[in-house]
Amino acid sequence: MSIPPQTVPATLLVPPVRRSFLSGFGKFTLSATAIALLAGQERLALVGSAEAKTPNNDVAILNAALGAEQEAIAAYQVGATSGLLQKPVLDLAVQFQGHHKEHAAALAATVKKLGGTPVEARKTYTFPVEKLKTQADVLAFAAELEKGAVSAYLGAVPILDDRNLAKVAASILGDEAMHWAVLRNALGQNPVPTAFLS
Amino acid sequence: MKHLAALAATAATLTVGAGICQAANGDPVHGAQIYQRCLACHSLEHNRSGPRHCGLFGRPAASLPDFNYSRAMKATGLTWDEATLDQFLENPLKAMPGTKMAYAGVKNPQERADLIAYLKKATLDPEICK
Repeated sequence: MSIPPQTVPATLLVPPVRRSFLSGFGKFTLSATAIALLAGQERLALVGSAEAKTPNNDVAILNAALGAEQEAIAAYQVGATSGLLQKPVLDLAVQFQGHHKEHAAALAATVKKLGGTPVEARKTYTFPVEKLKTQADVLAFAAELEKGAVSAYLGAVPILDDRNLAKVAASILGDEAMHWAVLRNALGQNPVPTAFLS
Repeated sequence: MKHLAALAATAATLTVGAGICQAANGDPVHGAQIYQRCLACHSLEHNRSGPRHCGLFGRPAASLPDFNYSRAMKATGLTWDEATLDQFLENPLKAMPGTKMAYAGVKNPQERADLIAYLKKATLDPEICK
């Protein structure tokens, strides 16, 4: 079956928005700074000196991750206050939410250090609460978000300009993957169903 | 501004029929698995960090009134279809510099075709997209 060719733009957007964004940043000396911040080492963060190539790109990536982390925090709050989770699963959910809070705090601090403005958490989030009727429903919902987070970080790591930031993003990816595995295990599913993640 | 308009006009003449053919041959079942990669930021029925996907095909970019799009997305003027999605999903940051979708992209053409095939069905699902 053949379909006639159609016309689409070579680039979906003309680049000036990016250019104007770039011009506001200039050069930064934050590679080591950023990695130290993300690793939770504020003292070390003050002495970084390596030069980041294009901080604007990394700011956009980190802000995207921050937005997802904020939503994960809100999702776990919904789960934790749903009355559907019993101990020790409830404790696990609260612990995982704490991890996401740590990720979010580190990402926001790094965005600031890179000269950007951290995205703010939305006032409201829409979750499929009508479908959450049992503990298993909540766990499955959380597992789905964690799997998505793994994929999101997997999609972010290769495009971060600062390789040190990429390293820490990979560290967060590992944490999210552990969440996913534990949640699957709690659901009675194979916790590690594949050798590779995508 | 004239320069920008010329750029956009030039870009709009690019022919990419091959991508469309691949999307037509996509496997929506496998595409549903690929879509799991999107679930950190997107869902079919709700806006999240990314906009909802219900009603995506034929929708002008940045047209959901209740979603805060990037300036880049607002400026693009494109309409989402198989070809534009194929190009965007391959490398969002390259296809649309300034997009908030900071993701490396779905590099495998068949995976993109499968994902687009899934989206074509799922975004019209009357049970989900009420």
